[in-house]
Amino acid sequence: VVAAAVAAMLSLDFLDDVRRMNKRQLYYQVLNFGMIVSSALMIWKGLMVVTGSESPIVVVLSGSMEPAFHRGDLLFLTNRIEDPIRVGEIVVFRIEGREIPIVHRVLKIHEKQNGDIKFLTKGDNNAVDDRGLYKQGQHWLEKKDVVGRARGFVPYIGIVTILMNDYPKFKYAVLFLLGLFVLVHRE
Amino acid sequence: LRKNVEDFTGPRERSDLGFVTFDITADILNGKMSIFDWNVKQLFLYLSAEYSTKNNALNQVVLWDKIMLRGDNPRLSLKDMKSKYFFFDDGNGLKGNRNITLTLSWNVVPNAGILPLVTGSGHVSVPFPDTYETTKSY
Repeated sequence: VVAAAVAAMLSLDFLDDVRRMNKRQLYYQVLNFGMIVSSALMIWKGLMVVTGSESPIVVVLSGSMEPAFHRGDLLFLTNRIEDPIRVGEIVVFRIEGREIPIVHRVLKIHEKQNGDIKFLTKGDNNAVDDRGLYKQGQHWLEKKDVVGRARGFVPYIGIVTILMNDYPKFKYAVLFLLGLFVLVHRE
Repeated sequence: LRKNVEDFTGPRERSDLGFVTFDITADILNGKMSIFDWNVKQLFLYLSAEYSTKNNALNQVVLWDKIMLRGDNPRLSLKDMKSKYFFFDDGNGLKGNRNITLTLSWNVVPNAGILPLVTGSGHVSVPFPDTYETTKSY
């Protein structure tokens, strides 16, 4: 399907269109493209503000929460400070010094009067809790490790991001096609 | 929703370890309408113990959990269950603690959409005894 689309794009019809566009129209199309990218970025930043999370949408990367979530599912997070962390909630957290966020469920919490909380997590599909995953000497997670709490999800859609990460050629092909499409499309 | 428990505590290292055995009888159907509608993939059920200690104003510990898929028998009738996870306190707050509240809750996992957390409408308060048991086979 990709090959057919590329062939269609490169067919002479489209090239004729591009040649017919004068410089002004080309700059216009480029600006259009820039606007689309900026709007997308603004929506993303807006989501970050509304949810309070630095990463309001995450893709599930492992099978440790099956059968609820599978690799490729998309999770929507909020990270409002007013929401207390309670057992049973699904949290997305980062271990200090590691980039990859982990999606697991809260198993235990111990909270002090002043709101300081330490908690333990475990993946539904794992036999043991996450202590083995934490940093050397770390026994608990704290609020600062939390990226957000899972409030909703959509299955499968995140597979595209995983594919783009695992197969960079696929990512470039997608971006190239998108760029070509927008530049050539006449509004 | 009914739970009956008997319990005893034992010291491990420096923290209190509680042992709880319990029965759970639960009917996840809600009258004529089952909670398992077309958009519910599974329920993640968990029994949690909530209590306060000198060290910590709020403690919650999950003692047991179960995944119930759409299509599984919606009636739970478990007797004499032992807790799946170690009931460690952060300190020695279990000894003599009169008020440990056990609640059954569940996370509704849809095929797509919002992930609500629901608390069951029955809960049981249990007290822990004032003394430690030193030799107990568990």
